[in-house]
Amino acid sequence: MRMVVAYIRRVFKILRAEVLVLPSRVAVLVFIAAVLALPLVTQDYYILRIMILTSIFAILAASWDLLSGFTGQMNFGHALFFGVAAYVTALLNLRLGLPPYFSIPLGAMGAVLAGLIIGIPCLRLKGSYLALTTLAFPIILMGLVFAFPGITGGELGLSGLKKLTGSRVADYYVTNVLMLVLGGIMWKITDSNTGIILHAIREDEVAARAAGINTTRYKLLAFCLSGFFAGIAGGLYAHFMRLAGPSTLEVGLSFQVIIWSVFGGMVSIYGPIAGVFILNPFMEVLRIFLDNFPSLPEMRMFIFAALVLLTLRFMPEGLIPWLRDKVESECPRCKVRNVFFRRSCRICNAEMT
Amino acid sequence: MLVDILIDGLIKGSVYALLAIGFSLVLGVARIINIAHTALYMTSAYLIYVGTKIMGLPAILCMVTAIFLTILLGLLIYNFFIRPIQEHEAAMLISTIAVGMMLQEVFLMIFGGHYLGVEPLIGGYATIMGVRVTNQHLLALGLAIIVLVSVRFFLMKTRTGLAIRSTANDREVANLMGMNVTGVAFVTMAVSVGLASIAGAIVVPLVTVEPTMWMHPLIMMLAIVVLGGLGSIEGSFVGAYILGFAESLVVFLLPNGSFLKDAVALTIMILVLLVRPEGLFGVSFEEER
Repeated sequence: MRMVVAYIRRVFKILRAEVLVLPSRVAVLVFIAAVLALPLVTQDYYILRIMILTSIFAILAASWDLLSGFTGQMNFGHALFFGVAAYVTALLNLRLGLPPYFSIPLGAMGAVLAGLIIGIPCLRLKGSYLALTTLAFPIILMGLVFAFPGITGGELGLSGLKKLTGSRVADYYVTNVLMLVLGGIMWKITDSNTGIILHAIREDEVAARAAGINTTRYKLLAFCLSGFFAGIAGGLYAHFMRLAGPSTLEVGLSFQVIIWSVFGGMVSIYGPIAGVFILNPFMEVLRIFLDNFPSLPEMRMFIFAALVLLTLRFMPEGLIPWLRDKVESECPRCKVRNVFFRRSCRICNAEMT
Repeated sequence: MLVDILIDGLIKGSVYALLAIGFSLVLGVARIINIAHTALYMTSAYLIYVGTKIMGLPAILCMVTAIFLTILLGLLIYNFFIRPIQEHEAAMLISTIAVGMMLQEVFLMIFGGHYLGVEPLIGGYATIMGVRVTNQHLLALGLAIIVLVSVRFFLMKTRTGLAIRSTANDREVANLMGMNVTGVAFVTMAVSVGLASIAGAIVVPLVTVEPTMWMHPLIMMLAIVVLGGLGSIEGSFVGAYILGFAESLVVFLLPNGSFLKDAVALTIMILVLLVRPEGLFGVSFEEER
């Protein structure tokens, strides 16, 4: 009993000393609480559906950030991982009858395999070459999907998968808790030694190699990790929509992932997640709003593109880093972040400029 | 069959060469991966459609006006949305994607998703080795080759062309030698957009005009630029004809060809990259740091 009390006291101490002092950390806490509490407020079928898809895409965007943001391996074909995992999951579920909790991890392993296969030729390439080459793989695969409709279902895709879980609320908790956990894991990876090495590869690959790091191995690791997380998103999508179609491999989806991530703010994991959670529900609200004016032409995507263009015009770092720099500032002496209105640093008491 | 493939491949190759050369110029000089490049090609096609079909103006006038308007639009986009965020590569990339999407949506709003067409500039057909080839195809081929030759002349023989090539080669040294790098970037952008809009004007009678017509050329163009070596004009030229012929061979010979045309072109690109990671004509220069 006393241990429990001591433990709770410690949690409170950490909360007061480390979390509540910074607005960004409070925002993360509020976000997690809001995600977990949403079904208590509303169980509307449509709202939950939007939030489920949002959380699936958040996993996808964060996994793109792990590869392209942190490691600097610009990937224009991230839909490949998503699509491969969706198709593998669908085939395993339909042909072998595996339940979702087996088929989704196996589908993700399929995406890891895809990451290895494309990683090996791509490791020789850098920068723009790499970006434009990775764009090719999902398109090649899509061509194959259309050319062999017997296995892949062609244009219609594979449909009739088992449901993810029995009910919509359970679906919501599965996808959103997974999103929070996987996001946390990815954030921890970027904070670990491996993450620092990946960061070093992005900043200066030659210097990293000179420091004795086998950059090839670490880049391949980044491809596999990113493929795994994106693959889980793909598997969840296939089971939730009960469909794996060619839309999961489209160029549009690859571009969409990049737009979400850069809009939210690259190289931060939380940026892309926030980007998806802002843009995706916004698009749905816009759809409902525009449905009230049936005389207007279809202008949803136009508004989306204009919004992204204007945001990046004035905040090229992305939305979340921009906001963060507005409410927090870095101590000039000890590099700890502080709330913007503090006169002196909360750790070392140095004067903030 | 053979002549069909030959003519089709030559036209496709020439159009892709126009697009890819423009794209490589901007990539070399201003370091912009301009995804909206083929969207501007589409813009010129739509402007010609408006001019000839809706306003009923003569075709030649429409083509010239469309090319000028597209260049103006390209320069405005460059000045207001791309140049201010030049330091941020990712943001610049997304901005060009967003511009492409916006143009697509604008045309979708105005014209709907209908398949539109423009009448050929000249009717009739010629018979080459027993195969009928429409005069429009021959005209398109001739125009494309004339433009390609004059671009070559412009880049190799004029002072502006020299400035463009040297800025692409080394931006900083060009700046130190007293060249106006920003001005060169503007000129390059104008030439590049001009080439895209000429390509649009040339092919508009041969293709269906619709809001997603920029996607397929975009993918082919990116493949060509990587295949030929980034920033290399000769590479883009050779790569364009290789992939143009590959595409028409696949479409004419394979049963499910039109589904596989992208896949085959991109597989060729990846195979070449496995052997030569810097592309066919690329030079592997020192890493920029």
